[in-house]
Amino acid sequence: MNPEIVAPLLKYAVMFAVFINVAPIMNWVERRACAFIQDRPGPNRVGPLGLFQPVADALKFMFKEDVTPTAADKPLYLMAPALALLPAFTTFVVIPFGPDIAAAGRTFRLVVADVDTGVLLFLALSSLSVYSLVMAGYASNNKFSLLGSIRASAQLISYELALTIAVLAVILPVGSFHLSDVVAYQRTHLWNFIPQLIGFLVFLIASFAETNRLPFDLPEAESELVAGFHTEYGAMRFALFFQAEYTNMAALSALGVTLYFGGWSLPGIEYPHNLLGAALGLATLVAKIAFCMVVYVWIRWTFPRFRYDQLMRLGWKVLLPLAILNLILVAAMTLAGWL
Amino acid sequence: METVVFGLFAALALVSALVVVTHKSPIYSTLALVLTLFSVAVLFVLLGAPFLGALQVLVYAGAIVVLFLFVIMLLNVQKEEMSHVGSSGQLWAALLAAVVFVGMLGLTFWRAGSPAVSPLTPESVSLKGLAAELFGTYLLPFEIVGLLLLVAVIGATVAARRPSELGPIREDEYVSGDEPRTDPLKSGPDPHRPSVAEPAYQSSQREAS
Repeated sequence: MNPEIVAPLLKYAVMFAVFINVAPIMNWVERRACAFIQDRPGPNRVGPLGLFQPVADALKFMFKEDVTPTAADKPLYLMAPALALLPAFTTFVVIPFGPDIAAAGRTFRLVVADVDTGVLLFLALSSLSVYSLVMAGYASNNKFSLLGSIRASAQLISYELALTIAVLAVILPVGSFHLSDVVAYQRTHLWNFIPQLIGFLVFLIASFAETNRLPFDLPEAESELVAGFHTEYGAMRFALFFQAEYTNMAALSALGVTLYFGGWSLPGIEYPHNLLGAALGLATLVAKIAFCMVVYVWIRWTFPRFRYDQLMRLGWKVLLPLAILNLILVAAMTLAGWL
Repeated sequence: METVVFGLFAALALVSALVVVTHKSPIYSTLALVLTLFSVAVLFVLLGAPFLGALQVLVYAGAIVVLFLFVIMLLNVQKEEMSHVGSSGQLWAALLAAVVFVGMLGLTFWRAGSPAVSPLTPESVSLKGLAAELFGTYLLPFEIVGLLLLVAVIGATVAARRPSELGPIREDEYVSGDEPRTDPLKSGPDPHRPSVAEPAYQSSQREAS
């Protein structure tokens, strides 16, 4: 039992357990919340308040026939949904989820991968998520899928720039790519969203575009493209895309709360450096992520979809200059010693 | 353990690089290129330069190759029907490039053997070390590369400009819902629109041109 190997595996297991449950829970939340917003009951037949609806859906996905279109590019078509999950379940390894804990005479940092490149690793892995969309759309050999893929690739590139520059501005005063240091910084200073309000808004808008959520769900716009890049996917393969989308949303929310809202910590409260502290830290992080997920749902059922040219104009002509402006402001404030 | 990972990803990089140049379908070639870049990033991490590895994935695999894919899908490039190897100019250019590359590689190996070149230390490839080198010792080359990129961006923008200055665009050329492609500052008001009072600077500009 080498703690060098067991500890990261255990930490990964904890984070995995949190993130694997996002999609089923969000399935219920999304449908109930949209029903509430539209003043109708929503799914309320399976279990109390319809809480077992995700189980019923999962069973349905498993027993449906798995169809592969004859004209599809087989290897790519089969690989795409699996590849969608890869970035979704690796990005959260750099998110810290609790205070350092002392156990068995050692100190453990509650991050799965405590690497120097921290937040860069997150961005690098999440930037790979576009390939599954592109592969799915191309391999389906369907014009709607292809259009969805083309939109996805252009959209993700455009918004990734603004997102990355907004993240960079947070790193600047902290002086470290370790997300643990970002959290530690926010325990002694104001939470970052107050001094960096512009950067936070850019991050928020760009994260909607990065996860293909309404008002930026152009790659799968139902009213124009049937279902966009996953038009030809059914049964469990569709469910994998669904899972990846929600996991990506949760991972990006985790990054957002860590960068701007103190991560696992609460201002003025010191968690004990033991397992109880770890549980409290994780609970705080999960609560903050849950709030972000509700915001995602709330926005989705409140705003109409952007037109494609509007999307591009917003990304390049509004968000990117704002992100750069924010970077310059933060750099100046850091130099002046205000942050 | 490290040797196994190195062997695996070095082999993956070589095989996928071969696929990039030999596969008939441009989409497969591009996806293989992603695999090559990713494998090289892993090699960077193994060499103790995780920052370079992360940047390799973020910039190349995550952005530049996506643009390649975007262009390939937008132009709907199908499988290559016949090989272009027959064209002699390309062959000579490729040979020349290969000779130059082998020469550079040989020079690197030759110089690495002499004691004048000290091997990279973990400090020099760490974030701070890299930044100090880039913004200290090599500031001028760094800025020149930046200028080169700026020139490329401006060039691409100029090349991609719509020829709207050459004359008014016909009504049937723009798609409904799209914006008119004329730039009113350059070509004057749209002739198909009911005209409002025309600003003086525009009419004087048109008379001048």
